[in-house]
Amino acid sequence: MTARTVLQPADITRALTRISHEILESNREWLDTVVLGIPTRGVVLAQRIGATMVSAADLPIAVGSLDVTMYRDDLARNPTRAPGRTAVPAGGIDGKLVILVDDVLYSGRTIRAALDALSAIGRPRYVRLATLVDRGHRELPIRPDFVGKNLPTTEGERINVRLLEIDGVEEVTIES
Amino acid sequence: MKHLLSTKDLDRDTAVGILDVAEDMADVATREMKKLPTLRGKTVINLFFEDSTRTRTSFEVAAKRLSADLINFTAKGSSVSKGEGLKDTAQTLAAMGADAVVVRHSASGAAQVLAESKWIDASILNAGDGTHEHPTQALLDAFTMRKRLHGEASRGRDLAGLRVTIVGDILHSRVARSNVWLLNTLGASVNLVAPATLLPSNTTGWPVTIGYDLDESIDADPDVVMMLRIQAERMHAAFFPNPREYSRQWGLDDERLSRLRPDTMVMHPGPMVRGLEISAGAADSSRSTVLEQVANGVSVRMAVLYLLLAGAAES
Repeated sequence: MTARTVLQPADITRALTRISHEILESNREWLDTVVLGIPTRGVVLAQRIGATMVSAADLPIAVGSLDVTMYRDDLARNPTRAPGRTAVPAGGIDGKLVILVDDVLYSGRTIRAALDALSAIGRPRYVRLATLVDRGHRELPIRPDFVGKNLPTTEGERINVRLLEIDGVEEVTIES
Repeated sequence: MKHLLSTKDLDRDTAVGILDVAEDMADVATREMKKLPTLRGKTVINLFFEDSTRTRTSFEVAAKRLSADLINFTAKGSSVSKGEGLKDTAQTLAAMGADAVVVRHSASGAAQVLAESKWIDASILNAGDGTHEHPTQALLDAFTMRKRLHGEASRGRDLAGLRVTIVGDILHSRVARSNVWLLNTLGASVNLVAPATLLPSNTTGWPVTIGYDLDESIDADPDVVMMLRIQAERMHAAFFPNPREYSRQWGLDDERLSRLRPDTMVMHPGPMVRGLEISAGAADSSRSTVLEQVANGVSVRMAVLYLLLAGAAES
């Protein structure tokens, strides 16, 4: 097992700042925006993206979290997992622009589950997907709208996203 | 976790884990769309050999909110009333492909017999066995206490330091037994109050203090007073002279209620007999958690069904 650092703290910050501005630029209809992170690390990324957006634009922007555990299609294949938190901002998501945020986009199954979870909460005008790392190997017809870094990987490799708030360090490494 | 038979064999982390998942389930109950697809394709059977409305209905709502198929099998008017034994009933349910059986039976240990038998491979949830245990009731009671104590900040916490007084028919109460073990595991201290005739003759090894005088216990300023129902169907001997005397000595009346702190919780597992063990004033006061207990029962049972049924089968 060797781990190689592919993103340093400054790279992560730069990627998230760029994503935040891309989201704002794409919001041509000037819609209320809800940034929903997928636990665990997606929630932290969503908070950072939301904060950057708030400081850059005078627009109602709310941040929350969306747990997808109950909607996964692989529950019966794994040991029982403890669900994470869903916290939808008070105004809900109906008619708004929802940005889903995850740390690593891989098979696309988490996002499939997230779309189901969203439909149980409300009906957004648009749903867009932001991810810090896209490592490829999609198993479903899902693609991200905002990507921090495209990392070509093999299926045997592991991507570790570590964030200051959760892990005490800030880096993205690739393990093979 | 494959079965839930008692609270005695739950450790602290497992118990807190169940309550935490129940918090997530409670969040689902607050939104417009209350259904989760999690247990789609799973079959849950309510196997009730004793009368029950709220527990059976609560499990039914919980299973349906998780998209499981639920079948009610009650002893009255079934093959059981024609003389079928537990073994044949269990094998019949197994042949129908049950993934979980929620069982209530008048015999202590019935759930364990089902779980340990080779008759059926399903997860067994004890919904009350004789005078032994009723684990989901204790879990929902603990959930209710934790929610009142810590509110939104409940996750991950136990009930350390909480002082709980349980009053009434301890002898026949599976609710009391399940609560004694679970509350102790979660760090609360338990005081049992009852007429001597309604206490088990042997409570060696129970982590409780025992009293006979409700007024003394109330003056000791408990955080929770849990009233138990006088179970008319189990009153086969002269446990107390008459209901009025019981009510006067061990009932929570308005006068006793007024001596409790405003934030003392008054709990009752239901069904209540108003005027006997609890006055209408106590049942309807802001201290009463009775309706919260019912609502939380659904969340806790959803959590248990999720934890038993969603993951890969343990080998």
